[in-house]
Amino acid sequence: MTALAFLTRRRGGPGWHWTDIVTWAWLLSGLLVIFGPALWLVASSFKTPQQLAQFPPTLLPYIAQTATVNGEPKPLYRVTFEDGTTRTLAELRRVGIVAQMANPAAPDETFRVPIADRQPVRSLGLAWTNYTEPFLHFDFLTYLRNSVFVTVAATLITLLTNSMAAFALSKYDFRGRGTVMLLIIATLMVPLSVILVPLYSVISALGLFNSLWGVILPTVATPTGVFLLRQYMLTIPDELIDAARMDKASEWQIYWRIILPLTAPALAVLAIFSVVWRWNDFLWPLIVLSRKELYTLQVGLNTYAGELNVQWHYILAMTVVTMIPVVLVFVVLQRFITTGIASAGIK
Amino acid sequence: MKLATAPLAAAARLLDPALRALQRTTGERGMIAFFLLPNMAIFGIFVLFPMLTNFAYSVTGGNALFLADRSFVGAQHYARLVDCQNHLDPMTCRDDKFWTAVWNTARFVLLQVTLMTAAAMITALILNRSLPGRSFWRAVFFFPVLLSPVVVGLIWRWILQRQGLLNWAMDSLGFDTVNWLTERTSAFAAAVGVSVWAHMGFYALILLAGLQAIPKDLYEAAEMDGTRPTRVFLRITLPLLLPNLLVVIVLALIRAVQIFDEVYVLTGGGPGTSTLFLTQYIYEIGFASLLRNPGLAAAASILMGAVLVLLTLAQLGLARRAERK
Repeated sequence: MTALAFLTRRRGGPGWHWTDIVTWAWLLSGLLVIFGPALWLVASSFKTPQQLAQFPPTLLPYIAQTATVNGEPKPLYRVTFEDGTTRTLAELRRVGIVAQMANPAAPDETFRVPIADRQPVRSLGLAWTNYTEPFLHFDFLTYLRNSVFVTVAATLITLLTNSMAAFALSKYDFRGRGTVMLLIIATLMVPLSVILVPLYSVISALGLFNSLWGVILPTVATPTGVFLLRQYMLTIPDELIDAARMDKASEWQIYWRIILPLTAPALAVLAIFSVVWRWNDFLWPLIVLSRKELYTLQVGLNTYAGELNVQWHYILAMTVVTMIPVVLVFVVLQRFITTGIASAGIK
Repeated sequence: MKLATAPLAAAARLLDPALRALQRTTGERGMIAFFLLPNMAIFGIFVLFPMLTNFAYSVTGGNALFLADRSFVGAQHYARLVDCQNHLDPMTCRDDKFWTAVWNTARFVLLQVTLMTAAAMITALILNRSLPGRSFWRAVFFFPVLLSPVVVGLIWRWILQRQGLLNWAMDSLGFDTVNWLTERTSAFAAAVGVSVWAHMGFYALILLAGLQAIPKDLYEAAEMDGTRPTRVFLRITLPLLLPNLLVVIVLALIRAVQIFDEVYVLTGGGPGTSTLFLTQYIYEIGFASLLRNPGLAAAASILMGAVLVLLTLAQLGLARRAERK
């Protein structure tokens, strides 16, 4: 099949059916509307504050050229004079729509130029300081460390406790199993946003207010995780366990050496989801953490965006940093995630 | 992978003698309890206990955090929340903010779920066709689902600001620019649009899985008869997809009722109270405002929880019915 034939493959038959047109219009506008904003964020995050303030905006990040005039850096412009000649001049100051400009080599002779008659001299360039400054001079390194800690610790605990509970609920028959399952189902109905007040007092009573563990612990006993793992473990044949018992394996060894390795695909799905959930958590950390040095990236970024409303160049760069891990997870594990959702319907 | 699990495996081996001893003394029942304990303890302390005490908070007053320090006030908070001359007009209510949040949330849920389900349906139908690069397109539509609400909120705050990308695009196409986030109607529309943008891919995937489960021979038969695509959709696709569609709608309803994160970052509930939703009301009354009132927040959250319980019961019922088919 040639490339062209491949690209224009359509719903049977020759000619374009109207559904083909709708399909491609939808796909291409989807591409634009969904990737466009993310790409725009990344492109903007490399622009200087001056460039971000520009309207209309440029697509790509540029850095304005400057020249030193009387010991100070001044932006360079290409000026078109009324007689049609063009010269490169530095702007000394600007009043309204008129700028006072001079040749950097001979700054004593000044020109009055309407700003419509000039274009900034600039070259493609990335403003890396947008990224380095927040890490060096603000607390973003701390936020990043807190977020990584919360995500890793919560995911490990989730995997361990959920798989242990799922093992007990799938491989043993005991009185009260139905009750335990029902309790877990019941909590599916009560999301965190409904129990904020009493949960907050539990956290305070345990001394976990303003502690990262106060963020981690309430999130790890996920009912969806227990369900997902239990469904998967039910498909593992009991004969394996009987055989292991025959060989004098302890129950702990059965869990650890037989069931867990066989549950790896489901554990992987749960791990991916847990990482994304915990990385993205916002409302609960916002309530539990009030000291700046404990903020996670999400809370820190939101606070920062509220306090320094004008410093978009830092906000955008830090938004990109916050987005990176999730995008990496997505690019590497996309197939896992989409099939995981399709089969388990979890989120 | 081996390297990462090696220390964990070593830890598990170290635990084995102790757990063997436990198994000898307590038998299988003890081991079942051991496996259940960590999850159920965390679950009990951080989910079940708060769930049960939430009601106690809603019927006690004062600023105190611990139940022992709070005094019983009966149904006072509930009475305050529902006290209205005309429930349709929040300004006639004793707690006007609550009713503003209720009606905002109701409007939001209706609009967002309708738009999102429609968009997810179209996307799923299109992704179900034989397309070049189908997994790429699936990834495109799914991508925003993984982004954090803070990132989503900030991306769109940047695009929707007065001198942002959208206004530039509208300006160059010859439309009047709109001050998206500072006008009441457009801020509300932005909240709906952004949340559809962020979540639509998830529901499209569920619908796509449902579409792929429909037997192909039905379509082949329809094609042989020369049936028009609209008719194929109405007579084959829609009826067979209905169970999945209902699950999607209820799931979307449950999530839309709780809307908070991305809108809070995008608009902060404003301008005024035009994008103030229930979860933000609960958060502000319970934690953020100077006149904190945990009891009132608990009462409001129980009212919201009641709606969610009904929706979840509907979802479980629908899921069970879909499974039996």
